[in-house]
Amino acid sequence: MLHVLTRSLDRGAILFLIVVAACGVLIPLSNLLLPSGSMLQVPTYLVALFGKYACYATLALAIDLIWGYCGILSLGHGAFFALGGYAMGMYLMRQIGSRGVYGNPILPDFMVFLNYPKLPWYWHGFDMFWFAALMVVLVPGLLAFCFGWLAFRSRVTGVYLSIITQAMTYALLLAFFRNDFGFGGNNGLTDFKDILGFNVQADGTRAALFALSCLALIIGFLICRAVVTSKLGKVLIAIRDAESRTRFLGYRVESYKLFVFTLSACMAGVAGALYVPQVGIINPSEFAPGNSIEAVIWVAVGGRGTLIGAALGAVVVNYAKTYFTSGPLAPYWLFMLGALFILVTLLLPRGIVGTFNSWWEPWKDKRPSDNAESAAREDGVSEPDMAE
Amino acid sequence: MLGLGNPIHETWKAAMSPPSVYFRRGRPVAANVFDRLRALVLSVCLIAAFALPALAGPFEDAVAKFANDEFSDTDEAIGIVAASGNSLAFTIISALRDGRLSADPDTKKVYVTQEDGKIIDAATGAVVDKLPDNAAEVRLNNRLRRTVEAALGGLTLLSPDPAKRIAAAQSVFKTHDESMLPVVDGALQKETNKAAKLAFTEARAAILLFKADATDAEKLEAIATIKARGDQEALALLTGLSGEQPPAIARAAAGATSAIQSNLALWSAVQNAWYGLSLGSVLLLAAIGLAITFGVMGVINMAHGEMVMLGAYTTFVVQEIIRTSYPGLFDYSLLIAVPLAFVVAGAVGVLIERSIIRFLYGRPLETLLATWGISLVLQQAVRTAFGPTNREVGNPSWMSGAFELGQITITYNRLWILCFTMAVFVILLAMLRYTALGLEMRAVTQNRRMAASMGIATSRVDALTFGLGSGIAGIAGVALSQIDNVSPNLGQSYIIDSFMVVVFGGVGNLWGTLVGAFTLGIANKFLEPVAGAVLGKIAILVLIILFIQKRPRGLFALKGRAVEA
Repeated sequence: MLHVLTRSLDRGAILFLIVVAACGVLIPLSNLLLPSGSMLQVPTYLVALFGKYACYATLALAIDLIWGYCGILSLGHGAFFALGGYAMGMYLMRQIGSRGVYGNPILPDFMVFLNYPKLPWYWHGFDMFWFAALMVVLVPGLLAFCFGWLAFRSRVTGVYLSIITQAMTYALLLAFFRNDFGFGGNNGLTDFKDILGFNVQADGTRAALFALSCLALIIGFLICRAVVTSKLGKVLIAIRDAESRTRFLGYRVESYKLFVFTLSACMAGVAGALYVPQVGIINPSEFAPGNSIEAVIWVAVGGRGTLIGAALGAVVVNYAKTYFTSGPLAPYWLFMLGALFILVTLLLPRGIVGTFNSWWEPWKDKRPSDNAESAAREDGVSEPDMAE
Repeated sequence: MLGLGNPIHETWKAAMSPPSVYFRRGRPVAANVFDRLRALVLSVCLIAAFALPALAGPFEDAVAKFANDEFSDTDEAIGIVAASGNSLAFTIISALRDGRLSADPDTKKVYVTQEDGKIIDAATGAVVDKLPDNAAEVRLNNRLRRTVEAALGGLTLLSPDPAKRIAAAQSVFKTHDESMLPVVDGALQKETNKAAKLAFTEARAAILLFKADATDAEKLEAIATIKARGDQEALALLTGLSGEQPPAIARAAAGATSAIQSNLALWSAVQNAWYGLSLGSVLLLAAIGLAITFGVMGVINMAHGEMVMLGAYTTFVVQEIIRTSYPGLFDYSLLIAVPLAFVVAGAVGVLIERSIIRFLYGRPLETLLATWGISLVLQQAVRTAFGPTNREVGNPSWMSGAFELGQITITYNRLWILCFTMAVFVILLAMLRYTALGLEMRAVTQNRRMAASMGIATSRVDALTFGLGSGIAGIAGVALSQIDNVSPNLGQSYIIDSFMVVVFGGVGNLWGTLVGAFTLGIANKFLEPVAGAVLGKIAILVLIILFIQKRPRGLFALKGRAVEA
């Protein structure tokens, strides 16, 4: 196991891991230990914000894994993210217990309000954390497995796949907006009180959630890295670049795609589950097709086919979004986002990290290095050619 | 925060129901109405002064009785006035009901204050300037109020306006009040209007059916009449019939009930089919431009919905200009907007193709992202220019209203949109078939490299194709502005549906798009009564996802030997 990890890490990856780990440790410590008002103290609202970014970065990793390395452009990854979020939200709702407005020990408020006689069957078990945690991975994974099994087996590829993934998230959006669907209708799930006995609003819990989000990002990165540098990863890249040829060489293309698609959906689910307690609400708008497309642009900005780039892109774009939508430039944010979509695809097809690598590479090759060869090989595949 | 009692419940309930987003702006009322009114009053007074001889008949005598302010006299007067057949009878008695009838006890003159404030002499109909100082309202008691209501019911049956007669007959049909029978009989004798005659016959049948002393033959005939009517109200009438009936009548009623029920089921299927056709035409209109760009160029244009929106806003601007400068042209506003919308959206389309999309050929997924960016920019640009709220686009007179076809109501705007869609489809088909550009477009669709080798300027064809597809989306926007809210989000609501239609129908085939649009539209409308609107839509989406597994290239895939890379 250990050698799989060490083999998969080059210098950039190690640097990335160190930075994320440092953030994951230092920011909570600064928030909790330093006196408030001190120069170096990170306020709690920023901790929650950074935690959100970490979740987005994990989602971006999941998208990059399938888009950058396997050529599957999913416009429905927001759905897996939201499903994971709903699973966590259901656990948090059950934790409210009799502290709700209506004081019903079993039924969440919205069910009392909508005159549910008893808990729907699919809400059972969510009072236990381990069950909810299992569902966070299982529900998106299962949906992705079924969806992928149907789609890849009948060789739905390219834009057709993108369009039906979009249809999937749109159908889920419509379904979750319904009051009688049992997930709180358009209000979603909110008013959370505590998680595992800790108050979700407390500074300590927020700091811990942030640290956990960073941990999830690190683990997600390690898993993706292990996948893409393994032999399996090479087959995935072959599928991306020439699907038919890979199939003719005897690989079961659909099995590879199915595996990586399901893995990616599980990662998205975990990201969503960590996202919900930090923002304190999950509602159907998370399923909106626009959200999924926006997540794809994070990857494109950072550089598809570079895992670091995906995470970086998510943080950069979301930081820009926070910065611009809160200032006087708010009405222009959509112009900027739109322009970002256009300019990145036109001028920066490899993204920030991909472009940086292509500058860095010739210079790096001149230096003798142990892992230069493997690094060059890996970076060489970071130039996706999506000609259909 | 939610525990404060009912008001909070209400807000929560309001928050949970989808927001109603249909805003209408009031139009300013012309301020010179009063001037015109004054002129009218004056001229009518002059005419009346010369033209009316002072004749006193039974009607005039009866009217004068209102001035006695005795309940018995008033009662008598109501009877005589209602029976007189005078054209003022309805005005007088409805004024009496609403407390707008006043009388001068000295001169025995009676006045009606009409709803618009005009005052007329009840006996002659002549307009007077103002009420005499000692005029007092004619009073009513409860017994008289009942008399007034009965008299009014009978009077509307005799109203000179056929539409009012029919409405009155319909209400008699529903209440089947026995006391109305003589009036209905009388009216039926005199009636010449065909529709009104039918309404009276049906009203009479309804009364007879429930009349205890009607003969069996009369009742059977009545059931036949009601059966022939065959709508929901006829069904309600028959099911409301009491159980204790002679067997022959009970049998006839049961037969009529089941006949009406199957008739209604048939009509409801026809209605669903019509709604489906209507929805299908909207889908087709929205998707047809996409079918061209996607089919010919393989470009996923996520900004397609925004082209539709541009078309709708073009309509809005055209109507605004017409309203302020040439109000008389309002009925032609759509005819003016159609070519303009085509030009505006088409020009934007060509611009996008030349500046962005042509650099992305062969990279369909990136085209998708770039066009999504374009759609965000266009939406925000329109939001900045026109504001985020809905703008009102009016229906020209020839597009508003509806007509009845059997048991279903067909609105003119839906009918026109269906016709318009078919016209656009046929024109487009002819264009592809018979023009040089169409030939070149088909050549590029079938084999781009071969077409280029034969000397077709493929990049020019691409630009024109994209412009054509966008222009048609703009035209679609003109039509959709008539049935949907014109807001910056207009396009968003159509984009996913349009993609579904194109993917379902098969790329590169307009007939596939046609079949796809109508299939989805009709399937949607037939699922709606069974599953509800939202579940029906979800079911359609799931079905399409499953369908694509079976036929990844759509219903009518282009056949060829090329293998996808």
